[in-house]
Amino acid sequence: MEFDALILSRLQFAFVIAFHIMFPAFTIGLAAFLAVCEGMWLWTRKSVFKRLYIHWVKIFALAFAMGVVSGVVMSYQFGTNWSVFSDKAGSVIGPLLAYEVLTAFFLEATFLGVMLFGWKRVGNKLHFIATCAVAIGTTISAFWILSANSWMQTPAGYAIDETTGNFYATDWLAVIFNPSFPSRYVHMMLAAFITTAAVIMAAGAWQVIRRHSSQPTRWQIRMAAGTLCLLMPLQIIAGHWSGEVAHEHQPAKIAAMEGWWETRAVQPTVLFALPDEENERNIAELSIPGTSPYLFFNVEGDLEGLKAFPEDERPPVWLVFWGFRIMVGAGLAMLVLGIWGAVLWWRDRIDRPGIFHWLAIPGGALGFVAVISGWVVAEVGRQPYTVYGELRTEDSLAPVTTGQVATSLIFFMVVYAIIFTAGTVYMARIATRGFGDDPTDPPERENRAPGSPLGSVSEKAKVPTLKSEPDE
Amino acid sequence: MDLPLIWAILIAGAVMLYVVLDGMDLGIGILTGFAKNDEERNLMTASIEPVWDGNETWLVLGGGGLMAAFPLAYAILMPAFYLPVLFMLAALIFRGVAFEFRHKAVRARTRFFWNNAFFIGSLVAALSQGLILGGFIQGVDVEGRSFAGGTFDWLTPFSLLVAVSVAVGYVLLGACWLVLKTEGEAQRRARRRGLLALIGVAVCFAAVSLATLSIDPRVTARWGFSMSSIEPEKLLPLSPIPLAGMILVVLAGRDLMRKNKAPDWRPYLFAVGVFLSGYLGLAISLFPYLVPFEIDLWQAAARDNALALMLAGGGIMLPVILIYTGYVYSLFWGKVDPDEAYHD
Ligand code: HDD
Ligand code: HEM
Ligand code: HEM
Repeated sequence: MEFDALILSRLQFAFVIAFHIMFPAFTIGLAAFLAVCEGMWLWTRKSVFKRLYIHWVKIFALAFAMGVVSGVVMSYQFGTNWSVFSDKAGSVIGPLLAYEVLTAFFLEATFLGVMLFGWKRVGNKLHFIATCAVAIGTTISAFWILSANSWMQTPAGYAIDETTGNFYATDWLAVIFNPSFPSRYVHMMLAAFITTAAVIMAAGAWQVIRRHSSQPTRWQIRMAAGTLCLLMPLQIIAGHWSGEVAHEHQPAKIAAMEGWWETRAVQPTVLFALPDEENERNIAELSIPGTSPYLFFNVEGDLEGLKAFPEDERPPVWLVFWGFRIMVGAGLAMLVLGIWGAVLWWRDRIDRPGIFHWLAIPGGALGFVAVISGWVVAEVGRQPYTVYGELRTEDSLAPVTTGQVATSLIFFMVVYAIIFTAGTVYMARIATRGFGDDPTDPPERENRAPGSPLGSVSEKAKVPTLKSEPDE
Repeated sequence: MDLPLIWAILIAGAVMLYVVLDGMDLGIGILTGFAKNDEERNLMTASIEPVWDGNETWLVLGGGGLMAAFPLAYAILMPAFYLPVLFMLAALIFRGVAFEFRHKAVRARTRFFWNNAFFIGSLVAALSQGLILGGFIQGVDVEGRSFAGGTFDWLTPFSLLVAVSVAVGYVLLGACWLVLKTEGEAQRRARRRGLLALIGVAVCFAAVSLATLSIDPRVTARWGFSMSSIEPEKLLPLSPIPLAGMILVVLAGRDLMRKNKAPDWRPYLFAVGVFLSGYLGLAISLFPYLVPFEIDLWQAAARDNALALMLAGGGIMLPVILIYTGYVYSLFWGKVDPDEAYHD
C-alpha cells in the first residue's frame, strides 16, 4: 500500500473521529445520568443521588473538555483534508452542521459553565435546568451530526448542479430525514447510554474491589445494571433495523459484514471466517447454513454476495466483517454483565467482591469498543464513496501534499496520546476513589453582594448537613 | 434579499465575537505565563472558567458557518492554511484540556506541565490565528476551484507582524478583563500589563495598517491613496474608523493609568472598541473578497436555498444564544471567587 496523501488523510480522519466519538459516546450518556441523578435528588431528597451527582460531574467536566477540543478539530478537518468534498457537498450538509452549532453547541457549552460553577449563584431548580440544558444539547448535537453523516450514507432530496458538479438540496426534509437517519440516530443514542452504563458499572465494581464501597456505589451499580438490561435488548432490535436499512441501500456493505461472496436466495450466517479478498472466498469459515431468512425476514429475491459488485465498488471486507463481529460480541458481553449485575442486586450481593466485579472492570471499555467498531462497519462499509453512489473518496481529497498530511497525522497522534493518557488517569482516579472522602454538599448558595472584597469569602465550602436527610 | 451579503456580515460578526471573547481567554492564558504564583494563576483562570467554552464556540460557528455559507471559500482557505490551522487546533487542544487538568495534577511536575500547556497553548493559538489572518490579507493563489499555492505561502514578514499584533491585542483584552474581574494587588498588576500591551497594540496596529495598504493596489485605492496623490473624497468618509481607533487607545490608556477613578469595566469596553475599529478597517480593505483578491463572496456562496434555510434558523437561534450567553455572563458578574468551582 502506498502512503500517499489520500490514504494518510483517510487514516487521519479515521483517527481523529474515532478519538472524538469516544467522548460524545460517554458524555451523551453521562449528561443524561447526571440529569436523572439531580432530578431524583430534587424529587426524593435522598442524599445518595446528590453524592452521585457531585462525584460524576467532575468526571463529566474532564470528558466534556476532551470532547470539545477534539470536536473543534473535526469541524476543520472537512476543509483541510476534504476540501473538494466540502465544496461539492457544502450546500447540503453545511446547513445541518450550522444548525448543530446554533441549536446544540452553544447550549451545551454555555450551560456547562452554570452546571460546573454556578451552584453558589443559582438555586437548585435553576441548576437542574442547566444540567438538563446540557443533556438536551448533547442529544440535539447528535441529531444534526448523524443526519449529516446519514445523508452521506444514503443521500436523498438532492440534485447536482450542471456547471459546478456541486450537490444542492431539493427537499430539505428528505435531506434531514434521509433513509438511514432514523435507525442510525436510535442506534447511536442507545450506544451512548450503554457505553456510559458500562463505565459507571466498572467504576462501581472497582470501588467494591478496593473496599471503598458505600451506598452510592451500590446505587451506581444498580442503575448501570438496570440500564444495560433494559437497553441492550432494544439495541439488538435497533441494530437489526440498521442492518435492514443498510441492506436496502448499501447491499455491498451487508455482503461484506456477513462475509457473503456468492449471491443466493438463502444465505448462511457466518460466525467466523478469514475473508480472502484476492481469491474472493472465505478461509476457515464456520457458518450456520440456511439462517438468513430469520435475520432478513423482509427481503424478497436474492441476497447479493460481494461477487455481484465490481471490484472497485466493494468495501474493504476484513474491517467490515470483523468490525461487525466485535461490535455484536461486545454488545452481548455487556448484556450478560447487565443481567449478572441485576441478579446480584436481587440477591443483595452487589458489594461483595467476586468474579462479576473483576469482569465488570474491563467491561467498562466494551462500550467504546462497540462504538468504534460499529462506526468502522458503517464508514468502511460505505467505501469507496464519501457520498454514497455519487462522490468517491479519492475524488473528495483536498490539494494537500503527502508531507503535510504525514506531519499533521503524527502531530495529532502525539497530542492525542498525551491528553488521552492524562485524561484517562485523572478520570480513573476520581472514578475509583469511592465516596468516603467526598464532600457531600454543594457549596452554599451565594449570599455575598457581588463585588465585595475577596478576602471575606475564601473560607472553604461548608461542612455538609445531611444528617436529617433520609437515605435509601 | 442579498443572502450571501447577509451571511458574510453574520459570519464576520461571529468571528468578531470570537476575537473579543476567546481572544480575551487566550490573552489571559498568555498572561498566566507571567503570573507570580499559583494563586494568581488560579485567579486568572477562574475569571474565565465558566465562560471559555461558550466563547470558543464562536470559532466553531465561524468555521462551520464558512463551510455552510461559503463552501468554496472554506475549501480554498483551509488547505491554504493547512499548517497554521493544525498548530492552532493543537494549541487549542492543550489550552482547553489544561483548564481542567491543571487542577487534577497532583505531582508538581505534571502541574508545571499543564500550567505551561495552558500558557504556551494560548500563545501558539493566538500566533497561529494571526498567521492565518496575515496570510488571508496578503491573498491566496487559486486555480479553478482550489488552492494552488505552496505549503508555506502564508509565512511572510507581513504575516509574522500580524501574528505578533494579534497576540499583543489578545493580551490587552485579557488584561482589561482581569481589571474587571479582580481587585487589589492582582488588579494593579493587570493594569500595568494592560498598559504595556496597549502601547504594543498602538504600535502594531499602526504598522499593520500601513503594511496592509502596500499589499495590493486595490486596497490602497479603496482608502483613496494612489502612487502620487490622495483622493480626499474616498479617504475622508473612511477616516473616522482609524481616528476612532486612536481615540479609543488614548481613552483606554487613561483608564488603565487612573487607578480607581474609572469604572472597572471601561478599559475592556475601550479595548473591544480598538479591536472593532481595526476589524472594520480590514473589512473595508478587503470587501467583497472572501479569498482575497480571487473570489468574492457571491462566487463563494452556497445555494440560495441553503442560505435561506440557515437564515431562518440563525434568525431565531442567534438572538436566543445571545440572550442566554448574556444571562450567563451576568450570572458570573462581579469579582471572581476562586473557591466557587465544583469540587476537585
Ligand atoms: C453522536 C454524536 C456525535 C458525533 C458522531 C460527532 N459529534 Fe462532535 N460532539 C458531540 C457529538 C457528536 C457532542 C456530544 O455534542 C460533543 C461531545 C462532547 C462535547 O463536549 O460535545 C461534541 C463536540 C463537538 C464540537 C465542540 C463543540 C463545542 O465547542 O462545544 C465540535 C466542533 C464537534 N463536536 C464537531 C463534530 C464533527 C465535525 C463531527 C463529525 C465529523 C462530530 N462532531 C461527530
Ligand atoms: C463518530 C463516529 C465516526 C467514526 C468512528 C467514523 C469513522 C470513519 C472511518 C474509520 C473512516 C475511514 C474509512 C476508510 O477510509 O476506509 C471514515 C471516513 C469518513 N467519515 Fe466517518 N466516522 C464517524 C462519523 C462521521 C461523521 C459524523 C461524518 C460526517 C458528518 C463522517 C464523515 C466521514 C468522511 C467525510 C469520511 C471520508 C474520509 C475517509 O474516507 O477517510 N464520519 N469515518
Ligand atoms: C448486538 C446487536 C447489534 C447489532 C445487530 C448491530 C448492528 C449494526 C449495524 C448493521 C450497523 C451498520 C449500520 C449502517 O452502516 O448503516 C451498526 C453500526 C453501529 N453500531 Fe451496532 N449493532 C449491535 C450492537 C451495538 C452495540 C452494543 C453498540 C454500542 C454500544 C453499537 C454501536 C454501533 C455504532 C456506533 C454504529 C455506527 C453508527 C450507525 O451506523 O448506526 N452496536 N450496528
